[in-house]
Amino acid sequence: MAETTPILEMRGIGKRFPGVTALDGVDFRLHPGEVHALMGENGAGKSTLIKILTGVYDIDDGAIELDGEPVLFSGPQQAQHAGVSTVYQEINLCPNLSVAENIYIGREPRRFGMISFRAMRAKAAELLGSLGIDIDPGSVLAGHSIAVQQMVAIARAVDISARVLILDEPTSSLDAGEVAQLFRVIRDLREQGLAIVFVTHFLDQVYEISDRITVLRNGRLVGEFRTAELSQRDLVEKMIGKELSALESIEEQAKPQLRDPSPLLVAEGVGRTGAIAPFSLTIHAGEVVGLAGLLGSGRSELARLLFGADKADSGELRVDGRPVTMRGPRSAMERDIAYLSENRRTEGLIEELTVRENIILALQANRGWARPVPRRQQDELVAKYVEALRIRPADPQTVVRNLSGGNQQKVLLARWLITEPRLLILDEPTRGIDVGAKADIQRLVVSLAGDGLAVLFISAELEEVLRLSHTIVVLRDRAVVAQVENTDAVDANSIMNTIATGVTA
Amino acid sequence: MTSVLAPRRRAWTIRKYVPILGTLVLLVIMYGIGIVNYEGFYNTQILLNIFIDNSFLLVVAVGMTFVILTGGIDLSVGSVVALTTMVCATLLNDGWPAPAAMIAVLVMGALLGFLMGCVIHFFEIQPFIVTLAGMFLARGLCYVISTSSISIDAPFWKTTAQERIGVGTFTITPSVVIAGLVVVIAAVVLAWTRFGRTVYAIGGNANSAMLMGLGVGRTRIGVYTISGLCSAIGGLLLSFYMSSGDPLHAIGMELDAIAAVVIGGTLLTGGSGYVLGTVLGITVLGLIQTIITFQGNLSSWWTRIFIGGLLFVFVLLQRAVVRRTP
Amino acid sequence: MTGVLKHRLFWPSAALIVLLLGNLIFTPHFFSIEIRNGQLYGSLIDILRLSAPLILVALGMTLVIATGGIDLSVGSVMAVAGALACLIVVDNPGLSGVLLACVAAVTLALVLGLWNGFLVSVVGLQPIIATLILMVAGRGLAQLITEGQIITVNSPPYRFIGAGYLLTFPFAVIIAAVVVAFTALLTRRTALGMLVESVGGNPRASRLSGIHSRRLIWGVYAFTGVAAGIAGLMATANVSSADGNAVGSLIELNAILAVVIGGTSLAGGRFSIAGTVIGALLIQALDTTIYTTGVPAQTTQLFKAVVVIVICLIQSPAFRRKVLRTVPA
Repeated sequence: MAETTPILEMRGIGKRFPGVTALDGVDFRLHPGEVHALMGENGAGKSTLIKILTGVYDIDDGAIELDGEPVLFSGPQQAQHAGVSTVYQEINLCPNLSVAENIYIGREPRRFGMISFRAMRAKAAELLGSLGIDIDPGSVLAGHSIAVQQMVAIARAVDISARVLILDEPTSSLDAGEVAQLFRVIRDLREQGLAIVFVTHFLDQVYEISDRITVLRNGRLVGEFRTAELSQRDLVEKMIGKELSALESIEEQAKPQLRDPSPLLVAEGVGRTGAIAPFSLTIHAGEVVGLAGLLGSGRSELARLLFGADKADSGELRVDGRPVTMRGPRSAMERDIAYLSENRRTEGLIEELTVRENIILALQANRGWARPVPRRQQDELVAKYVEALRIRPADPQTVVRNLSGGNQQKVLLARWLITEPRLLILDEPTRGIDVGAKADIQRLVVSLAGDGLAVLFISAELEEVLRLSHTIVVLRDRAVVAQVENTDAVDANSIMNTIATGVTA
Repeated sequence: MTSVLAPRRRAWTIRKYVPILGTLVLLVIMYGIGIVNYEGFYNTQILLNIFIDNSFLLVVAVGMTFVILTGGIDLSVGSVVALTTMVCATLLNDGWPAPAAMIAVLVMGALLGFLMGCVIHFFEIQPFIVTLAGMFLARGLCYVISTSSISIDAPFWKTTAQERIGVGTFTITPSVVIAGLVVVIAAVVLAWTRFGRTVYAIGGNANSAMLMGLGVGRTRIGVYTISGLCSAIGGLLLSFYMSSGDPLHAIGMELDAIAAVVIGGTLLTGGSGYVLGTVLGITVLGLIQTIITFQGNLSSWWTRIFIGGLLFVFVLLQRAVVRRTP
Repeated sequence: MTGVLKHRLFWPSAALIVLLLGNLIFTPHFFSIEIRNGQLYGSLIDILRLSAPLILVALGMTLVIATGGIDLSVGSVMAVAGALACLIVVDNPGLSGVLLACVAAVTLALVLGLWNGFLVSVVGLQPIIATLILMVAGRGLAQLITEGQIITVNSPPYRFIGAGYLLTFPFAVIIAAVVVAFTALLTRRTALGMLVESVGGNPRASRLSGIHSRRLIWGVYAFTGVAAGIAGLMATANVSSADGNAVGSLIELNAILAVVIGGTSLAGGRFSIAGTVIGALLIQALDTTIYTTGVPAQTTQLFKAVVVIVICLIQSPAFRRKVLRTVPA
């Protein structure tokens, strides 16, 4: 591919939110006729960058040039008019309207003020045809597969402004055949000279379709690479990074190997279509099992199946050697399994309730409404955990909404710890919290395992997983690809290799 | 690819019409029952009378159709109808010429709807609670004007009330003609204008509609304005029918209008439905009343129970249709 | 002082007090309470007595709203329960007949509440739609029971429920007080209140914490049915007659209003029983005030409309952001 002048150039982009610097001095350029993958883990700044590009956010620093002209988009409409369109993962179309209407609504061909559906269908058929999409433009959108809907969204975007097309995780809910269809359309568009930004978590797809890769980490630019010149292994390393940890206080490998011989939980071939391929997993008391893998690799999906938050559609789960059918979280809780969910705000906290109420919630739910935890016992339990976990402010009557992220996370941890679980599933417990709270939580995991608790620990940070786990389960593209003992031979490099290639080093 | 998609697509196109087809089947069955059981039921005038007696409700329900298609609800319609009759009667008694009084109440109705739409859109308060306040407000204003009925003696009202228009050997009233016009205009606006399609888009997915660059705010305020306007038109027709303004007019009419829209196959969650369906819905409500009248030994309260039952069936039907959406 | 001002019962209480004081201008004896024949008399007592049905209905509505729902059918349930009770009492005006009537009416109300709860929690209908069905059909049902007539009963024991006095207090007020106390105990002495607030505040998190929200929601609608049923008994007993059309007319709106005034958000979550009681008293006081000042009684609806809008605007994050320019708490 010859080096052309970039159609889009972003230089020194900075974006700050209260208390957080989301982007700091990021450069990004895009050439016509290329597919450019934008890669990074949670909090890397991908979505912020895309929102800036589409005019949802304004920038604090830096400059954007489109076709050599400086631009500042004030909203999605303006960006679209300038030639930048976005197709999101959750397809932003109206399922109740026809395919043709979804493409042309707001821009319908009209005669005497009335919409000419005939002309609209004809135009749509032509446009879809040119993209090689063979569907009836008069059909209702909801009747089509997600892949086709995705392509209709692309058709709309391309027809409005055929210069820059941003595809934000377009493939996350597609099967292999559908991905192939989508890629065919993307290649066609590339041939036509479109500049395409492609955001995905699937490494194979990046290598299949993209010409160039830009990697972000923690709001900074790691670099721009030609796909052909960057190995998967290097890509993973650049995404995850080797963070110099401020958490050295936790002694490396202080993991007591007093593993109970009989397993606490055994999963055999447990899976859920579209979420995670069938996997097998064994967890013993006193063992920390770490899940490693990139964002979107199926980490949370695996955890949710073990907790009964989602229903598995294959396989068998055994707790204490007895088969269990998970009918919901309660089934898991009755077997002393606890799950700290990934998303604090939407799936964890009851924001308007107090610290005390949030902490006793799960215990209370287990006892049923008619047997309230006596207030004195509540106060004792809450005081104990506020003290033990160093929750600040230490006032149990504080409304939990007013706590910092780290303290909110500790409240949720306390909620599960007072249920005295035997298996504690922690899904990204240290994400988005300050360093001090992070160290607290890591120390807690070590001591809990020392007390004989089984812990399933999910984290995007490899170092953390390596430091805490006895066993490491590696996930890639929604499947478990490896399970390794965390011996001295295992290090970040070997795990990264496995994440990148799917093969145990 | 086409071969795989074709059967699914057809199923979907049919599914879109399931609720309205259900209404049609129901209507045919009810009409059949009427004809078989009651002498004189086959007379087409019976059908026309349904529209004569419900022309105002039809207009109000048409306005409600717009609102429900966006996924909203308007509980204020009955009160706005009553307020229209009151204001109209007062203005006429104060010596306003008929056209001026009519224009004044139409503007008032549209303005009330517009204001409610603005509060709903700009302050993101649930339509249900805003229009509930509107309902209180309009009804309260009625009582500020007068606590008792005001009769209308204006000649134009007298003649309109008595006027009959021949259709073959049958007759209808001017109100039916006006209601018919409203229906036709509404159907055209919904089917063939950008505004109308945006109404459907908002009901389908308001967030998408916004990201697609459609005038969501404008349209949302627009549907409540239309509903207010339709309520005012309905109020005028009711004042023709009753020859009076009364703060007790149209109590509970919002329920009848919602019932007609839902029975007419419009999804309460928005995005799917037709004005024609609403016409069918009104016909079903009218037929229930007519059958009960013909039956003689069934009392009027059965109407409400039947309507409630039908609401239940249609809401469940909608639920089944929506639930299968991927 | 700011602590007092910020307490969420401050504004409704202040409004109630100001309204009551305002009455002194028109009725100098407004606050006088006297005992005649061992019974309390006075404007304040009247307000208490007349607000009893509304308090009951609003109590149920509070819990429903706390779960993030709404119940539009309460007025119809009142009418149905009142109609059934009067139908029974009209043939058995004695004490046993009245007791039977009460049990039957409350049971029927419970069944109707269960029906609503079933539609919401099991079938999964939107609450406003699910309860709309019974709101429409219930009126017909009530008239079916009374056969379209106004049933007038001549039964002192039945009348006692609505208009009688026990230990100098109006019996209706005692019933209301007992139900309020019972509900307060039930929700605050058990974990029920917290679980309801949890389900209303964040349904997904509640599920992941192991709460059986389905049963909880079902139960709340059933409770509302019962509360409305008792209110229906009171309302019909007070006038010794049942009119299927008039009993509980517009009470759903007043109840929602009372709940909102009391500081419970329509979005669900935290609820306040005391707030609701104050809200209901405020509404009744408003009605009474309007009545004594000679303004047409129905114009209270104007005030209520204004109050609803103002409270909702204050609760609306968009309004605070755009107009008041404060960050929502």
